[in-house]
Amino acid sequence: MTWVSFFQQIMNGVSLGSLYALLAIGYTLVYGILGFINFAHGDVFMLGAYFSFFMIGVFLLPWWLGVIIGVALCAIVGMSIERIAYRPLRDAPRISALITAVGVSFFIENLGLVTVGARPKGFPRPELMKNVYILAGARIQGVTFWVPIISVSVLLVLLYLVYRTKMGMAMRAVSKDMETTRLMGVDIDRIILYTFALGSALAGIGGVLWACKYPQINPLMGTFPGWKAFTAAVVGGIGNVVGAMVGGFIIGLTEIMIVAFFPGLSGYRDAFVFTILIIFLLVKPSGILGETLKEKV
Amino acid sequence: MGREEKRDLALTLILFAVLMLGVSLAERYLNTYLIRILNTACIYVVAAVAYNLINGITGQFSLGPNGFMAIGGYTVAILMLPLVQKEQVYFLQPLIWPFNSFSFPSHLFLLALFLGGVAAALAALLIGIPTLRLRGDYLAIATFGFGEIINVLANNFIPLTNGALGIKGIPEYTNLWWTVNWAFWSVFMIKGLVNSSFGRALKAIRENEVAAEAMGVNLFRHKLLSFVLSGFFAGVAGGLFVTLISTVSPSLFTFTMTFNLLIIIVLGGLGSITGSVVTAFIFAFLQEILREVEAPITIGAWTFPGIPGMRMVVFSVLLVVMMIFYRRGLFGDKEISWQLIIDRIKGRNESEK
Amino acid sequence: MKVKNKEPLLSLENLTVAFGGLVAVSDFSLQLFSGDLVGLIGPNGAGKTTVFNLITGQYRPTKGRVIFQGKDITGFSPDLVTTVGIARTFQNIRLFGNLTVLENVLVSFHVRLQSSFLAPMFSLPSYWREEKAIRREAYDLLEAVGLADVTKEEAQSLPYGEQRRLEIARALATHPSLLLLDEPAAGMNPQETRELMEFIKKMRDDFNLTIFLIEHDMKVVMGICERIAVMDFGMKIAEGTPEEIRNNPRVIEAYLGVED
Repeated sequence: MTWVSFFQQIMNGVSLGSLYALLAIGYTLVYGILGFINFAHGDVFMLGAYFSFFMIGVFLLPWWLGVIIGVALCAIVGMSIERIAYRPLRDAPRISALITAVGVSFFIENLGLVTVGARPKGFPRPELMKNVYILAGARIQGVTFWVPIISVSVLLVLLYLVYRTKMGMAMRAVSKDMETTRLMGVDIDRIILYTFALGSALAGIGGVLWACKYPQINPLMGTFPGWKAFTAAVVGGIGNVVGAMVGGFIIGLTEIMIVAFFPGLSGYRDAFVFTILIIFLLVKPSGILGETLKEKV
Repeated sequence: MGREEKRDLALTLILFAVLMLGVSLAERYLNTYLIRILNTACIYVVAAVAYNLINGITGQFSLGPNGFMAIGGYTVAILMLPLVQKEQVYFLQPLIWPFNSFSFPSHLFLLALFLGGVAAALAALLIGIPTLRLRGDYLAIATFGFGEIINVLANNFIPLTNGALGIKGIPEYTNLWWTVNWAFWSVFMIKGLVNSSFGRALKAIRENEVAAEAMGVNLFRHKLLSFVLSGFFAGVAGGLFVTLISTVSPSLFTFTMTFNLLIIIVLGGLGSITGSVVTAFIFAFLQEILREVEAPITIGAWTFPGIPGMRMVVFSVLLVVMMIFYRRGLFGDKEISWQLIIDRIKGRNESEK
Repeated sequence: MKVKNKEPLLSLENLTVAFGGLVAVSDFSLQLFSGDLVGLIGPNGAGKTTVFNLITGQYRPTKGRVIFQGKDITGFSPDLVTTVGIARTFQNIRLFGNLTVLENVLVSFHVRLQSSFLAPMFSLPSYWREEKAIRREAYDLLEAVGLADVTKEEAQSLPYGEQRRLEIARALATHPSLLLLDEPAAGMNPQETRELMEFIKKMRDDFNLTIFLIEHDMKVVMGICERIAVMDFGMKIAEGTPEEIRNNPRVIEAYLGVED
């Protein structure tokens, strides 16, 4: 492999990894606070792509405006899911919440199949993403260049929100100890809604960027990225925001590198992510940055 | 064995005899459409009861039954497919050794089903060992991934699975005799386990892991036992399924299969084995009825176009609504027992007097 | 401190545990002899329950050893600790809520079951013989603790006092030689507390037990324990007879403002 193509692959891996990171944050935030896997998160990612698609393609809005509205709609969907499906189950056994999450996920996917059909649709890409750049001798596609830049910027904004704002502090407090935080007079329900809005908006942005990178969108497009992003959150240490980002990049780079070095195994790239998950669960279940959780007796 | 247990066993065996009589009548008088639904229902019983063992009884959330059914299904298909058929089906790449050199005759069908179960159980062991030691939902995420990975392997490992084309022409050995027997004996065995000291240990894990462990229950070994057994019966169900429809392909055991089973066990009551039996039958028929909904409907002069896929929308709404408003399902974690039936009959007689 | 020549049943040697830099228990040592009824008291957050968790394997000590019947059991998993003969109850009751009273107790017999899981699956007579035997034993036990009338009730439907008693019965069913009771009288009125203490004493004599119990309320412990250890801020600050503890200035200081 030449240096140029190696560089290209690295860019590809970073680009894919940043998308996983965007998606992984939503999983890790919800898991940190409510303690269950929000299976519907990958489907909100899909909705981000579709909402924007309709805003741009059907309502003929300018690209940037369509995406902003699409992402905002994702935040609303995320909050609605929490309000309608998850909040009534907050004190129920955890398995009930998990089953509900699976139900919500399946509902969104099948509603998508019924309304827009299974046939993939072409996602409109802005000129910016179509350009080709020459960087250190390597030809880099606009998407490969801009996707990581945009998503890393978004991730930096998120870090600011989580670690430097009052709301972020409240979120972290709720995930550490919900009861005590409630006793301190914090409105837990509002914090949780905010968490869902934030996570879903990130998923929406991820969905749009994903659609720029792979411009064929379909109602099931969120399943695999969603599952890999959750794996990324586990690898990074579930509940830890920085960990989710680190995990995302690790998964993205590994996936791209395996395909780059062993093209014959490209059909099995998903299986490798599964292997990484199993290895982590065996060797370091708390993840890279996570702490070992032990139930209080 | 106490008096009550002896009575229950006798009644159960009578029920079995009645069922067998029913099967011979059904085979003769029922139309193929109804028989097909009954077969499907019985296979759902096997898979759902196994799924309830890990999810409802033990309280560990698995999303893997579609993967285990796929393993069982492919195993049985490869073992039972006649040699001639093997040469025709695997035209892209020849089937790997040793499977290209032999084929099970029909009288080894039971053995093939058993081996399908064992293969699935081994897969469950491999996933269970890393995940079941950990607290939390790692089982859910690992089994969900596993189901998808099996799909990837089925599509890509062509010399074994024939890829996306799948395997056609599997002998149709499965009939009502097979499905009813497997449904009956699976329920018999799993209910026997659930009602025993092992079942109590599994339920104790579901109720309170810390306390169960403090009472001497080895959490890991018991969760693994439950998960592996669950995998075994799911594998058998997969094997029955492919020999019922005589074909297997990667699209047969998708996540939708797991979702269907989830609906069945939630509807019947997480933790109620007999509840799952009842709802497996309800589900099999409901699925057929809702198939009509998806077809175009003509009422008078208007024709409404059918909406394919609407069934799954209905089912997913049903699942979420159930979880929010009616979490117990039909039977909660209670079983339909002979004692219960006898009490009911006695109660009715007394009220009539 | 009483000096005995015989080997201690349980010996805690310099137990220390830290959670992320926070030392919860530090250099805790204590010996229990067969037949003892020892109390562990101290203000809230002193680390009493953590000591229990270190003995029963819920937590692994950062330093120190747990010796039981001359055997080092440090780092054993909770289920193994139970099999060597240590049983416990929990501060916040942890019954199997949806199981019946009888089933709650039967769970504790599971660890000594001989049959393999295949025996009940195939309804083998060997399994039924075993099941019959453990059921009889469980009934006897429930009779002994006065719960024979409610064997078929769901555990979660019992009144509070009976739930506490069921927890003790469930622990006894594991055939322990050492029983750890974590605030058994929590949430009870003085009358109920007195009854419970009598019950605990009776259990010790009937079942030949050694009992180690945590109590928040000093008065309760004074009534029944022959020896008391006092903890504050993760450390043992005193040990002795109730009389000695009552007059110990360090104990009075630790409890100042908490007790009248």
